Amino acid sequence: MSEADRYLECWQLAKSYPAPAGTAVIVEGFDLTVREGEFVCLIGHSGCGKSTVLSMVAGLTEPSAGGIVLAGREIAGPGPDRGVVFQAPCLLAWMTALANVRLGVDEVFADRPVAERVEIAAQALYRVGLHDALDKRPGELSAGMRQRVGIARAFALSPKMLLLDEPFGMLDQLTRMELQEVLIDVWQREGITALMVTHDVDEALFLADRVAMMTSGPAARVGAILEVPFPRPRSRRDVLDHPDYYALRESLIGFLEEQAHPPADQHAA
Amino acid sequence: MMDVALESTASEAVVAAPPAAPSALRERARSVTRAVARTVLPPLLGLAVFLAAWSLVAASIETSIGAVPGPRAVWDAAGALVEEHARERTKAVEFEARQAERKEAFLREQPGEPWIERQYAGKPTYLDQIVTSLKTVFAGFVLASLVAVPLGILCGSIPLVQSALGPFIQIFRPVSPLAWLPIVMILVSALYTPEEAWFEKSFVSSAITVALCSLWPALINTSLGVASVDRDHLNVARVLRLGWWTKVTKIIVPSALPLIFTGLRLSLGVGWMVLIAAEMLSQNPGLGKFVWDMFQNGSSQTLSMILVAVFTIGFIGCLLDRAMVALERLVTYGGAGAR
Ligand SMILES: Nc1ncnc2c1ncn2[C@@H]1O[C@H](COP(=O)(O)OP(=O)(O)O)[C@@H](O)[C@H]1O
Ligand SMILES: [Mg+2]
Repeated sequence: MSEADRYLECWQLAKSYPAPAGTAVIVEGFDLTVREGEFVCLIGHSGCGKSTVLSMVAGLTEPSAGGIVLAGREIAGPGPDRGVVFQAPCLLAWMTALANVRLGVDEVFADRPVAERVEIAAQALYRVGLHDALDKRPGELSAGMRQRVGIARAFALSPKMLLLDEPFGMLDQLTRMELQEVLIDVWQREGITALMVTHDVDEALFLADRVAMMTSGPAARVGAILEVPFPRPRSRRDVLDHPDYYALRESLIGFLEEQAHPPADQHAA
Repeated sequence: MMDVALESTASEAVVAAPPAAPSALRERARSVTRAVARTVLPPLLGLAVFLAAWSLVAASIETSIGAVPGPRAVWDAAGALVEEHARERTKAVEFEARQAERKEAFLREQPGEPWIERQYAGKPTYLDQIVTSLKTVFAGFVLASLVAVPLGILCGSIPLVQSALGPFIQIFRPVSPLAWLPIVMILVSALYTPEEAWFEKSFVSSAITVALCSLWPALINTSLGVASVDRDHLNVARVLRLGWWTKVTKIIVPSALPLIFTGLRLSLGVGWMVLIAAEMLSQNPGLGKFVWDMFQNGSSQTLSMILVAVFTIGFIGCLLDRAMVALERLVTYGGAGAR
């Protein structure tokens, strides 16, 4: 395999926390490889450890075992090469949209002149469709617009990867669909690699090149990987009309249901 | 379906509009009256009851220095103090005028000779004393804030500092100003050099005592505010690799600002309360000294004068508190809500 095929490599990743009764093993033996420029969705039941994995890749949580290599280098701690979009946009309420995006830009591009940094931040906001909201504070923006700022803030730093943890989980269906388009547009234009946690099967099928399905915890890992063969650029209509759509959807849902109610024989094994 | 419904309400509105307008206006006026009745009447009622009770009680108590003054006597005493201030001011102006005349004459007769300017040495009036007290409390409060807020930020963001300072805060916080003041006065006397001093010794001692006592609420609330900054926001700071200074100024302080202001507000309240005691003992020429002097001279006016001071102290304390609330609103505007 070439370097580009193993752009992000999680190898035997594990995370456990001390618990009253011994240790609670949340994730164990988690293997995942992501190609450069690929969009991978991580899907699984609530509480199985998706956020834990993402947070380890982001460098916010230290793995208990295993390693993570990004672009040939083992990651240690958070860094501007990985843009993170949280479920809540976590904007600073006392700053305008532009200032929120500039927060990171100013740190990462500290050597560039101010005008250029403002330009970088403004371009990122234009890219997510916020032409008129540069000087608005989060309080004046709708939930969807706030999450757009969150996305802009993450990719304005020209990261190698975007890490998204259920970024649209708190939005209504229409806004969610809008933001999926925004995200896929940014991802395609920037040629960025993306790893996104979701529990929405349709969202995963619309966005991802591959869907990694996690087993239910404890000791969750990647149970199966589903290739999503839809051609790009995708339109929602084309995806829904694709002859394989329902088969793929069924296999995702089948996997999740199996995880929720493990059949007796598998349980024994 | 929707269209029909909209249309029908619209046409109803058109028909209903002309007669509706005046009645709506009347309704509005009535609700304003009601709101006024709710907000203005109860305090007025309370005031009336308070004044009546005070008059009754005052009339029935006889002390060694005369009857306890009723509201009327206190009101007159306040008037007398204001009048005295006006008189002193006129005297001061007259003094300045006389001095200017004399200076002119002097310079005419002995040109080139140095003229020694004299300060008017009238005694400070009640209003002067209020101003002195305000200056002192302000100086002490600023001093306390300058120490408490940065220290609180360190305390809240670095657990080591927190645990190192914790015991000291616990021990020194409950110490009364009456215990601090003698120490402060002795230290100030030791370090004070009259030639190069900007301030009176008594002013410095009172201000430092105020600062020592009002330090704690600001310190504790600041460190609490800093320690309880949203974890998600701190994660954002980590992901964006913000430097320590950026993190503190852009994320931690703004998040903690409401609690910092709560602390400062409490500090100012404590400072104002402590000031009166400090001034009494250190003879700083402010409200505390006024009360003390009145108590010492024990005339028939004593009680009404002290009551005037009590009301003044309460009123100014209340104003200071309101001012801090207004400042807080100004600074933290738009800071609430919306993550
Ligand atoms: N700091 C922690 N200490 C102990 N347990 C934790 C901690 N963080 C997460 N967990 C546990 O790890 C499990 C997985 O959490 P999470 O990764 O957030 O799940 P998901 O994102 O898939 O819903 C949960 O059962 C949670 O209780
Ligand atoms: Mg989660």
